[in-house]
Order: sequence, then C-alpha cells, then structure tokens
Amino acid sequence: MSSSSTPCLVGCATGFSGDRTDGAAPVVRSLAARGGGTLIFETLAERTLALAQLARNQDPQAGYEPLLDDLVGPVLGDCLRHDIRIVSNFGAANPPAAARRIATLAAERGLPAPRIATLHGDELNTPEQRALLRERLGPVLDTLEVVSANAYLGAQEIAQALAAGAQIVVAGRVADPSLTVGPALAHFGWQADDWARLGRATMAGHLLECGTQVTGGYFCVPGLKDVPGGLHDTGFPIAEIGEDGSFVVGKADGTGGLVDARTVKEQLLYEVHDPARYLTPDVTADLSQARVQELGGDRVAVHGVTGHARPVELKVNVCYRGGWLAEAEISYAGVQAEARARLAGETVARRIGTALKLRIDLIGALSILGDDDGALLGRRAPGQARDVRLRVAAEHADRAVAERVLREVTALYCCGPAGGGGVRTSLRPRLNMMSCTVPRDAVAAGWTMTHEG
Amino acid sequence: MAAETVEVPLYRLAHSRSGDKGDTSNLSLVAWNAECYAVLVQQVTEARVAEWFGYRQPRRVTRYLLPGLEAMNLVLEGVLDGGVNDALNLDAHGKSLSFHLLDLPVTVPAALAGTLPDLPPLPD
Repeated sequence: MSSSSTPCLVGCATGFSGDRTDGAAPVVRSLAARGGGTLIFETLAERTLALAQLARNQDPQAGYEPLLDDLVGPVLGDCLRHDIRIVSNFGAANPPAAARRIATLAAERGLPAPRIATLHGDELNTPEQRALLRERLGPVLDTLEVVSANAYLGAQEIAQALAAGAQIVVAGRVADPSLTVGPALAHFGWQADDWARLGRATMAGHLLECGTQVTGGYFCVPGLKDVPGGLHDTGFPIAEIGEDGSFVVGKADGTGGLVDARTVKEQLLYEVHDPARYLTPDVTADLSQARVQELGGDRVAVHGVTGHARPVELKVNVCYRGGWLAEAEISYAGVQAEARARLAGETVARRIGTALKLRIDLIGALSILGDDDGALLGRRAPGQARDVRLRVAAEHADRAVAERVLREVTALYCCGPAGGGGVRTSLRPRLNMMSCTVPRDAVAAGWTMTHEG
Repeated sequence: MAAETVEVPLYRLAHSRSGDKGDTSNLSLVAWNAECYAVLVQQVTEARVAEWFGYRQPRRVTRYLLPGLEAMNLVLEGVLDGGVNDALNLDAHGKSLSFHLLDLPVTVPAALAGTLPDLPPLPD
C-alpha cells in the first residue's frame, strides 16, 4: 500500500465497451513515471451487461468484455512491474472467466502470476431475489423474458480486495464512479461514512468514467470550441486525488486532447440530474457548489464538492427481450430529392397501414432532431434538400411483421419515386430495461481472491 | 432610454452537453463568462425550454443553477421517446439535443453581442 500522504492516482483508459483500445499505454507510462497508481477501464453500459449474459448463455467461458485481450494484454507487464493496479467492470456477466483469461494472458507473456480478485453478488438470480424484483416491479415481470438482473455494487468490495493485495480487481456491475472510489478508499483508509471525502472521490470517478469525454472528446465544435491538434490521439484522463478527497484532473503525458475549465464543467454535469444529489451506492455526492480552477498544462482542480449519506437501497437494472427493430434506408439526390424522399416515405406508410407504427426520417433534411411521432417533420414545410436519405424504422414483437419494413423499402427500387438508390436494411432483436431499488441486505456483495499469484 | 439590444443564438453565450438516463435527457448549459451567465439565468427559464422542446412533449423541465460553474443543468423528462431501449430515433440517446438548445434565440445588449464569439460568415 502506498503512503496516505501521497496522492492517489487513477487513470481511465476506456469510457465504454467499444471505445478506443490504445488509450491504456500512455496512461500506464504516465502512472509509472509518477510512482504507480491504478488503471481503470469502464466497459459496462446499461445494456452491455445483458448482451454479455446472452453470450454467457451460449458459452459458459464467455460473457466478459470481448476486447479484454486488446485492453489488458499490451499493458499487463508494465502494470505488474510498476505497481499499477488494474480495476475494471470488464468482468461483465462472467468475472471469473475474465480473471482466468487475464491469468492466461500473464502466463503467455512469461509474467509472474498476478493476484486477481473477482467481485460477486451483483447478479440477482435466486428465487428470493426474483420474488423481491417482482414485488418492486409488479406482475408485468411475469410476462417478460428476463435476460439479466443486476444490482449496482459500490466501492467497498473493490477497496477490500485491493487492501488484501489484489493487483487486478475484476468486477461485473458496479457503479462507474466506484471504480475510482475503491482505489481511493484502499489508499487512504477513509471511513465508510466519510461522506465529504467519498463525495469528492465520486466526482473524480465521474469525470474519469467516460474516458476522453473530459479530455477533449464529445466536445469539439469547429470555430466555437476547438481542440488544438485534432481528435486522433486524444489522451485518456488521470485524476490525482488528495487525502481530503479533493482532486485534480489531467491526462496522460505526451498525448493530444485538451483539459480545461470547459471540458471539466461539461463532464461534471454529464448524466447528472439534481447536482446536489448525485446518487451512487457509496454516497450522495453534492456538486451544487462546485468550482473549477485551471492550473495550466491540461490540469484542472475541482473545488467545492461534498457529500451526504449514501442511498438506503441499491439500484437494480432488469434487462428483458424486446421486439424486433426493423430499419431500412434509400437515398435520393438532385432536383426534387426531398420531395421524392417524402413521397417514398408516404408510399411505404400507405402500404403498411396500421400494421406497424413507423418512424420516418429524411436524413439530410430532418432526422435525429425529430421525434418518433413525426410532429416536427409534419410541421415543417417541404424543403429543397438535394441529397436526402429516407429512413423508415419500426418495432414489432413478431419478426415477420417487422420485416415488412425491409421489404417495402427494398421494393421502392422499382416501384418508388424516380432515382432511388443505395437500399440498406437491418433487422435486430432489442433488449429493453426496467429499474428499481432493493434493500442492501438482499444483495450478497463480496469478493474472492481467485488467483493468489 | 433603453440600451439597444439584439437577438443572438444561445451558442454565442454558452456551450452545452447532452446526457441521458432512461427517458430523461439532461442538458448542461455552461456560460462563457459571468455576463453571459446572467443572461442565461434571466432568459433560459424552465418555461422557455419546455416551449422550445415542445414538439417532444416533455413531461417536466427542471432547471438547476450552478453559480460556481456559471452553468445550469436542464433536466427534460419524457423527451426521448422511451429512451435508448425503446426509441426509434437513430439518436436514441438524444446526443444531438444540446445542439437544438444552442439554437434558442436570446436577447442581449448590443454592446455584449459585440464581445461574443461567433462563426465566420459563410463564403458567397
């Protein structure tokens, strides 16, 4: 364990499953140069876990982050050599299998066997737990094909595993900021009810958890908010957390991107509702009085954050099979392109009638700003856009009914307005989700040192 | 005599980022400076935002002020057609909604408008 007088350094190398996989190396180099720290990967969006569970159902050795090898393999040796712990939710629906895979990656590279801990208890699948979910969500649950039900665990189990000497902690569903709060708890030995410190560390974790969204990603508007040097080599963020929980956010050395007051303010409020009540399993963080201070050199200090008592219950996401999402597109260009695309959409709607509720988009004229009911499109006078792509989308429980969208749009090649080209179609099963909370004692959260090193 | 005023789009006074949870979208709105923040507090009200997003039929719009950040957080409930799992929108997360907000017109003193960032005029 590091001395509690030194800052706790945490770097984050992915913001979601599907993020760039080459972010970790510069973060690891920076942490190594500063004497070690923790590398986290956030890879588990709400539905990602349900997809992982479906993969595990097919193959008992699957169900963890599919890019695990690409994320961990290149940096595993340097992390073990430089006392850089790895903490991640990349275990998804199968943390033990992910831990085994990491042990294999180490062995393949001739590295000493790492001490790996896995978290468990987030999955709610006992009869008692399912009965509790039915009580909370209602009898509608009986009508659904549930794919996954997981509670958000907090930082305590991560901190305990690190304090017991784990070099790598593999979690499934944990609250994203807890990936950062765990290492800070282990580093400083804070009390579990030190709400102010937990609140600050939680906001540090909140800034890290989306990767480059605090270092210049999801930010640039050419001419209004530029990121000098471009977006091709944006560095991933590193937080320096102090003993009182206050923190500075920066980024990996020698990388592109930008950390300034603007990037930090935008990310502080990202996916926040009431800023005085940002709920996690660990604390109710309060950023209502937050201030930021640019320190130069792509480093920003955040002041004024505090915290209040943690929520009594834990949040649970229940994912279940939805209907079939059908999408089909066709393009028109040149004179009367928008009028032809509109006519094509009306033609499909007339042929499908009431069998399906369609969403119609005119990409290049009006698409993503519109609503599913088409209120905005209906209100807007037809324009003169000259390169327009019609998109028709619908969902139905019956695959064959949903498929009609694909067939009707494809048939526009011959039967539709003049000059329609480039049909693409897709038909995919959907996963839907409901949320509730459950008492903490209904969740058997824990950790195991599955590989003793 | 009242000072001369002009109407400008919000993007000249502030920047914004969309986030989503379920069927709720939150739009941060961060002023370039204290003078811009004062305009936002006065003019970017819950009622005004609800009207601007009216075609999406928000159930409720709540505004939280963050004076320390010279920012506000606008929480729009029920604007994502059910959210990422249910919507048919290509942008089911509502990532683009912050840019609809930034087109909202606000009225500012002409003297202030002269100091605000703007995009260069399009070439002829």
